[in-house]
Amino acid sequence: MKEETSNHPFKNHNPTIATVLSIIFAGFGQLYNRRFLKGFIFILLEVAFLLTVLDSINYGLWGLRTLGTMPGTDHSIRLLVFGVLSLIAVVFLLVLYVFNVIDARRQAKKLKDGWQPKGFKKTIIDFYDSAFPYLMTFPGLFFMIFVVIFPLLFSVLLAFTNYNLYNSPPRNLVDWVGFANFKELVTVPIWQDTFISVMAWTVVWTVIATTLQIGVGLILALIVNDTRIRFKKLIRTIFILPWAVPAFVTILIFSAMFNDDFGAINRDIIIPLIGGDGIPWLSEPIYARTAVILVQTWLGFPFIFALFTGVLQSISKDWYEAADVDGGTRFQKFRHITFPHVMFATAPLLIMQYAQNFNNFNIIYLFNEGGPPVRNQNAGGTDILISWVYKLTFDTNNYAMAAVISLIMGLIISGFAFYQFRQTKSFKEEGEI
Amino acid sequence: MNKKQKSIVEQTFMYLIIILVSIIIFYPLVWTVGMSLNQGNSLYSSSLIPKNFSFEHYKWLFSEQSDYLIWYKNSMIVSISVAFGSVVLTSLVAYAFSRYKFVGRKNGLYVFLLLQMFPVMMAMVALYIFLNMIGLLDTLTGLIFVYLGGQIPFNAWLVKGYFDTVPRELDEAARIDGAGHLRVFWSVMLPLSKPILAVVALFNFMMPLFDFLLPSIVLSSQENYTLAVGLYNFINDQFANNFTRFAAGSILIAVPVAAIYLYLQRYLISGLTAGGTKG
Repeated sequence: MKEETSNHPFKNHNPTIATVLSIIFAGFGQLYNRRFLKGFIFILLEVAFLLTVLDSINYGLWGLRTLGTMPGTDHSIRLLVFGVLSLIAVVFLLVLYVFNVIDARRQAKKLKDGWQPKGFKKTIIDFYDSAFPYLMTFPGLFFMIFVVIFPLLFSVLLAFTNYNLYNSPPRNLVDWVGFANFKELVTVPIWQDTFISVMAWTVVWTVIATTLQIGVGLILALIVNDTRIRFKKLIRTIFILPWAVPAFVTILIFSAMFNDDFGAINRDIIIPLIGGDGIPWLSEPIYARTAVILVQTWLGFPFIFALFTGVLQSISKDWYEAADVDGGTRFQKFRHITFPHVMFATAPLLIMQYAQNFNNFNIIYLFNEGGPPVRNQNAGGTDILISWVYKLTFDTNNYAMAAVISLIMGLIISGFAFYQFRQTKSFKEEGEI
Repeated sequence: MNKKQKSIVEQTFMYLIIILVSIIIFYPLVWTVGMSLNQGNSLYSSSLIPKNFSFEHYKWLFSEQSDYLIWYKNSMIVSISVAFGSVVLTSLVAYAFSRYKFVGRKNGLYVFLLLQMFPVMMAMVALYIFLNMIGLLDTLTGLIFVYLGGQIPFNAWLVKGYFDTVPRELDEAARIDGAGHLRVFWSVMLPLSKPILAVVALFNFMMPLFDFLLPSIVLSSQENYTLAVGLYNFINDQFANNFTRFAAGSILIAVPVAAIYLYLQRYLISGLTAGGTKG
C-alpha cells in the first residue's frame, strides 16, 4: 500500500501495542483495536477464570508436583488425577490466550493497513465460517480428551511413581521415582524373565495366530470361488457363522470344551480316538498355547474369508484369459495374478488384524485367564503382554509396573501403526475449503 | 479322460475340505445348544445330545429369580445410545476432517488413532477414579460416556474415508445454490453416506453388547449389569458355577445378533473395505 493513500483514522495504529496489551490482560488488545464486544468477551472470560478455577488449577498442579505431603490426609492418586485434569485445563486456556494475542495482533495490522471493519452481522458470519470446523470437532474432542487423552497421561505418569499394593493411599503417599521401575524391569531377575518370556510369546502368538487365520481364510476363499463348486451361497453363509456369533460367547464355550477333566474335546474326541486320559489342554502351557491359537483361527478366519471373497470376485477375467493364452499354469496364475490382487486390496486391513491380535485381551483372558501358572515368573503360560498388564493391575495391584509395560507396548504398537499410516494415501492429501 | 478324472478328484477333495470345515464350525455351536437343553447345571453330567431334554434354563431366565431381563434392557439402553451417539459425533468430526482446513486437520485424527493403540487397562484405573469424581460410577450413563469417547478415532477415520469419496462437485453445487455448512452436511453428505453410517451404527451397537471388561469395572450393582457381565458371572461365580444357564442366556442374545450379521454381512465388509483401504 502506498503512503499517499493511507490516510485513514488507523494510520498510526501500532500492532506491537495491541500485542503487548493483549498479553497483559486478555481483551485489552481488542479494546485498543476498537473491537469492543470481542474485547469485553475476552476480559469477561479472563476475570471469570481468575475468580473461579485459578485456585483449583493451582491446587491441581501442586498435587501433581508433590503427590501430597501428609500421609492419611492427602490421597496421592486422586491428586494425580486432579493434576492431570488441571494440566489439560491449562493447555486449553493457553490455546485460548495465544489465540487472543494472535487475534489482537492480526487485527491491529489489518487496521493499520487501512482495512475497514465490517458490520456486526458480517463479522459474526465470518467468525462462523472460520470457526465452523472447530465447532464440528468440538463435541468429539471433548469426549476424546476425557476418555483417551486423560487416561493415557495418567498411565504414563503412573509409570514414574511407586504406586503398588504395599504403597498405596490413603495410608501411604506415592512418590515420583523417575526411571526406577524401568530399571527394575530389566535388572530384577523375576521381572526380566517374565518380561522376556511374555514378550516372546506375544510375538509368536501374534504372528502364528494371525497368519494362520489369513492363510485359512485365503485357501477357503479360493476353494469356494472355484467355478466347479456349487451351493456357493450356502457354503459362504456357513463359513461366516463364527464371525456372526459373538466372540465373547464362543470363547467361553471353547474354554469349557477344552476343559481337561470333563471337556467335550477330551471326552468325545481325544479319548475315544487316541485313548489315555486326554490332553491337559488347560494345565500344560504348550497345549494351552496350541488351543488358544486354534480357537483364534476359528474365530478369525471368517472375516478374512469374506474379505477375500469380495476381492476375488472383483478381479477381471481378462487377466486369467491372457494367462491362459500364454500357457500359464494354475500356480503361476495364483502367484502372479490372484495373490498380488488380494494382498494389495486388503493390506491395511490385514495389518490391522496383526495389531488386533497383539492386543487381543478377550481371547487370552476368557479362554484360560492367561493360565496355566508357570514357575519362576509372575505371568501365566498363555499370558500376552496385555493380559499380564491386566493381572498386574487388578490381581496384584502393581500399578506402577503395569503402567511401565503398558507404555512399552503402546510405543511398540503405535510405532508399527505409524509406519503403516505413513503409507496410506489420505495421509498426504490436503483439504480444499 | 485323464484330465476329467483329475478334475473329479480335485472337486471331491475340495468338497471334503468344505465338509470338514463346516463340521468344525458347527460342533461348538451345536454343543452349546445341547448344553442349554440339559437338565442340571454342571458341565460334568451334560452331553451333546441331552438325555433329559428340558427347557428349565430358559424358563428360569424369565422367572422372578433372575435379573436376565433387566440386563437385557440395560444392554439395549447402552447399545442404542452408543450406536446413535457415535453416528452423530463421528459424522460431525469426519465432515470437518474431510471438507475443511483447520489447525490439526492433517495429523489430528492419526494422533488420536496412535494414542488409542496404548493398552486400556491402566486407562480403566484412571476412568474409574474420574467417573467416581463426577458421580457417574456404577451408572449406565458413565459407561455410555466412555464408549462414546473411545470409538471416535477409528470410526471417524472410517467415515472420513467414505466422505472423501463423495465428489466435492456436489457440495460445491449446493453451496452455489446458497446452502450453508450444516445444510450441505445434512442434505448432501449424510444421505450419500448412509451405508457407512449404517456400518458405524451397527458396530457400535454390537461392541458394547459383548464387552465385559469395562462394564465389570464400572458397574458394581447387579441391577445395573449389562448382559455380558451378567452372563460372565454365571460361570465365573465360584459359588454358583452355572454353565448351562450361561449357554441358554447366551443363545437368546447370540441368535438375533448372528442373524443381523449374516443378513448385513455384505454391507459390513464393503463398508469396511471402502473406508478402510482408502482411509
